[in-house]
Amino acid sequence: MTSFDVHIIVRSLPFLWKGMQLSIALAVYSAVVGISMGVVLAIMRLSSIRPLAWLSYVYVNLLRSVPLLLILLWFYLLVPLLTGHPVGAFSSALIAFAMFEAAYYAEIIRAGIESIPARQSQAALSTGLTRWQAMRHVVLPQAFANMTPSLLAQGILLFMDTSLVVVVGLRDFMATASIIATQQARVVELYTFVALVYFVICFAASRAVGLLRRRVSAA
Amino acid sequence: MPLIELEGVCKSFGRTQVLKDCSLSVSVGEVVVICGPSGSGKSTLIKCINGLEPIERGSIVFDGTRVDAKSTNLPALRSKIGMLFQSFELYPHMTLLRNVGLAQMKVLGRSRAEADERSRALLQRVGLLEHAEKYPGQLSGGQQQRGAIARALAMDPVAMLFDEPTSALDPEMIQEVLDVMTGLARQGMTMIVVTHEMGFARAVADRIAFMDAGVILHDMPIGDFFEHPPSERAQTFLSKVLKR
Repeated sequence: MTSFDVHIIVRSLPFLWKGMQLSIALAVYSAVVGISMGVVLAIMRLSSIRPLAWLSYVYVNLLRSVPLLLILLWFYLLVPLLTGHPVGAFSSALIAFAMFEAAYYAEIIRAGIESIPARQSQAALSTGLTRWQAMRHVVLPQAFANMTPSLLAQGILLFMDTSLVVVVGLRDFMATASIIATQQARVVELYTFVALVYFVICFAASRAVGLLRRRVSAA
Repeated sequence: MPLIELEGVCKSFGRTQVLKDCSLSVSVGEVVVICGPSGSGKSTLIKCINGLEPIERGSIVFDGTRVDAKSTNLPALRSKIGMLFQSFELYPHMTLLRNVGLAQMKVLGRSRAEADERSRALLQRVGLLEHAEKYPGQLSGGQQQRGAIARALAMDPVAMLFDEPTSALDPEMIQEVLDVMTGLARQGMTMIVVTHEMGFARAVADRIAFMDAGVILHDMPIGDFFEHPPSERAQTFLSKVLKR
């Protein structure tokens, strides 16, 4: 058995870092768009306008019932056919992730909004604020403070899921490591390193989320 | 013409009818106390007055406008009616000053500076000026409720609704809130107060509406109610409440 060659990792760091940048970019953009869409979806679902509530319900349950891999491939292969022009791998991955995550974020946000007692919005409405003003100034700020730990936890899952983009040919952290591993025939070293990096990032983030949760529940 | 007029109001929650044909008339400057056992529909009734709860039958008219009409601009109507809750319901993520100023800025369009000035004057009036920069969590129950009164007054309301404002307070804090409410009454504010505080009712109220099981059993001047309780039900209730 050949020895464990640490140097290959050191030499590959610049490439791996480029891959990591893509993973982070994908995760951050998708999270931002996903949360924004999630807020809209949550408000639609809680709205008294039936068609809006129904639309949101269908969207969320549909996207939560199919594998992410499927959505990724579907967007990459089908969207260019439907729109008539080519969509780059990064763009299609971004849209796919954002739309997928939006469904999960929508449920977290809806639970967060519903956790604020109705009396708070009644108090706001009683001073003459409109439903939207009450939501924006009174309910949402409190809801977001409560749901931040859950939103971050979902973000950690999203970051780990970005490793799937290898199937659409994007060179994220995982994909870059795979390429180097096969090229240099150093599969063990590279994949061990990948596992270690994901573990450190996700474990640290989870601890931060745990700390935040304790602070939120103490408040 | 009365300021607030309820006629034949009926409301149900699912299968349970909580308000049965309730009628009530409140004139400008009147202080009406609504009392009765728990579950009699008192809180629901006053929440219908500013449209927080919709009604199924009957009509509610406030200052000439039908509260229950679909075409009514409820936010505009509500800005003229102040409301106080048993659980105070100050916004915990804002300072007292911001609590009092929020609706002023968003509904009345005042600038931050104008709103702050007006808020400070109101907080001074309820004795909370030195706590203006504090958060509700740092205040006692009595202080929070007085803060909530300041928040309601910030909109220059024409009438005020109180839903058991002192029921969640420790006994030693009840008086400070009742004092503020008495002050408002003496200044001519039209008030509808759901309360068990019979001392306050006797001293300040003009009329009393006694409710039981969704029905307004009695609606009469306060003095008469205490001196000559009109029914056994009222008598039983009074004896239990006045024992405290």
